Amino acid sequence: MTQTLALTGNEAGAAAMRQINPDVVAAYPITPQTELMHAFSKFVADGKVKTELILVESEHSAMSACIGSASAGARTMTATSANGLALMWEVVYIAASLRIPMVMPVVNRALSGPINIHCDHSDTMGCRDSGWLQLFSENSQEAYDNVIQAMRIAEHKDVLLPVMVTWDGFIISHTTERVEILDDGTVKKFIGEYTPERPLLDTDNPVTIGPLDLSDYFFEHKRQQVDGVNNAYQVIKDIGKEYGKLSGRSYGLVEEYQTDDAEMIAVALGSTAGTIKAVVDRLRREGMKVGLLKIRSFRPFPFADVASILRKAKAIAVFDRSIAYGSMGGPLFGEIRSALYGEKEQPPALNYVYGLGGRDINTAQIEGVYQDLEKAIKTNKYQTIKYLGVRE
Amino acid sequence: MEDLVEIRWHGRGGQGTKTAATFLAETAIAHGKHGQGFPEYGPERMGAPMRGYTRISDSPINIHCAIDDPDIVVVLDDTLLTSENVTEGLKENGRLLVNTTVSPGEIREKIKLKSGKVFTVDATQISMDEIGRAMPNTPMIGALVKASPLLELEVILQDIKKKFSKKFNDKVITGNLKSIERAYQEVKEG
Repeated sequence: MTQTLALTGNEAGAAAMRQINPDVVAAYPITPQTELMHAFSKFVADGKVKTELILVESEHSAMSACIGSASAGARTMTATSANGLALMWEVVYIAASLRIPMVMPVVNRALSGPINIHCDHSDTMGCRDSGWLQLFSENSQEAYDNVIQAMRIAEHKDVLLPVMVTWDGFIISHTTERVEILDDGTVKKFIGEYTPERPLLDTDNPVTIGPLDLSDYFFEHKRQQVDGVNNAYQVIKDIGKEYGKLSGRSYGLVEEYQTDDAEMIAVALGSTAGTIKAVVDRLRREGMKVGLLKIRSFRPFPFADVASILRKAKAIAVFDRSIAYGSMGGPLFGEIRSALYGEKEQPPALNYVYGLGGRDINTAQIEGVYQDLEKAIKTNKYQTIKYLGVRE
Repeated sequence: MEDLVEIRWHGRGGQGTKTAATFLAETAIAHGKHGQGFPEYGPERMGAPMRGYTRISDSPINIHCAIDDPDIVVVLDDTLLTSENVTEGLKENGRLLVNTTVSPGEIREKIKLKSGKVFTVDATQISMDEIGRAMPNTPMIGALVKASPLLELEVILQDIKKKFSKKFNDKVITGNLKSIERAYQEVKEG
């Protein structure tokens, strides 16, 4: 039976991990991920899961242990944040390159320095090209739903890749809100038994994992990785639909909110998408044709969907919660502009870098962004990149 | 989200500001409503000013930012009235609830507040009498549901009983329940 509970994002993530009941979890604590692993390790101690929990001495070791266990054929998970992910980075890249199916919640936090424990997306953006899939969650419910779906996506034979599921540090990870938890049996059935493709422990069919791969085959292996990531596009859609049937909550790679007739569309990731929805509701009551395009899957990035939705708009605002130094706007902005290149209609696209290090973004600021778009449409003059909520 | 109620809590580290903000959201959710409860995380120190936030609504809550224009402000420590602008952004018809020994009129004068409604209760003394130590957050929940009909008093009492029974003995539970009932009775409006 479905249960309605009051949970934080981290508790919701831990609930999903309990229901997945992974064979192996290797993790190291880091704020704001720590409470997720607290909750999960309690499930281990209470015998609620059969997981072998390995408490390692660093995140580099956590990811290394996960690669070992997943290669052996075990269903494997870990979780981290910010500098923990940075310390893992070398092995994060290897996990994707070895086509290791694995799920890792990353509770988004600003990457030092200066040292800061609060939310921005610099940590996961730092490994956007590592070959991992990346699913962003708007709230605790999506954190729960995404972790469950991610396991299926990672293990799908057309994909076989690790998946990061992100949610905003503190804003979601430490906020108590309403979450619907599916019945344990339902999740168990949805996840299914895991049959690894080529487990190391299958000694009758020996394989080598991670050997030297020089100029004769390296390029071909990288090319295959591209197919794996691109294949995830359809798999994420199919699994999102299937999940919708059992939960009442369907998922795609993007979510459209009031975009049908929208002249001004904001594009965002994570919890800010929720705050923008509240602003859209308010401005719609005043007759403004505003909408939101929420990106759920940052990797693979759904270029064609994004283009077909945004080309109808008269102006676009892209919200980036991280900086890409020296580039044409933030990481999301680059994707959005790239998606629109080649389209006949290219509405003005404005970039708003905001919320770094946990700086709050309120509804008045978002209203201001829609007003900027209105002005841009009227005058065709605008500032391409703005830093929202910064003192300068 | 027309029915959305936003509450901002002002307290000092160690007074249970986060616990109260979260508890109210949990109770609302347990009774079929939508709720959100979270603190403002900063350097966490005993005695340092801090804020908590609660949102309650009958429909889903999408918004995920701090509360700048609250419907209700709850102050757990009246020394904050002079060091912080606790009523900043409080709606015209908003409600201010303060844990203090003085009357609502005196609070109005002190912070020069003309609009809205002001409520006061001596939650610290109540908690000393009933719980045996200065823990104003529990009685303040009782005063709050009197000051604003967010949830029934009975619902709060049942939930406290249920939650506390896992952790505390009967004496502590009874003390907490009594403190809530007393604050509900003793809160003054002006």
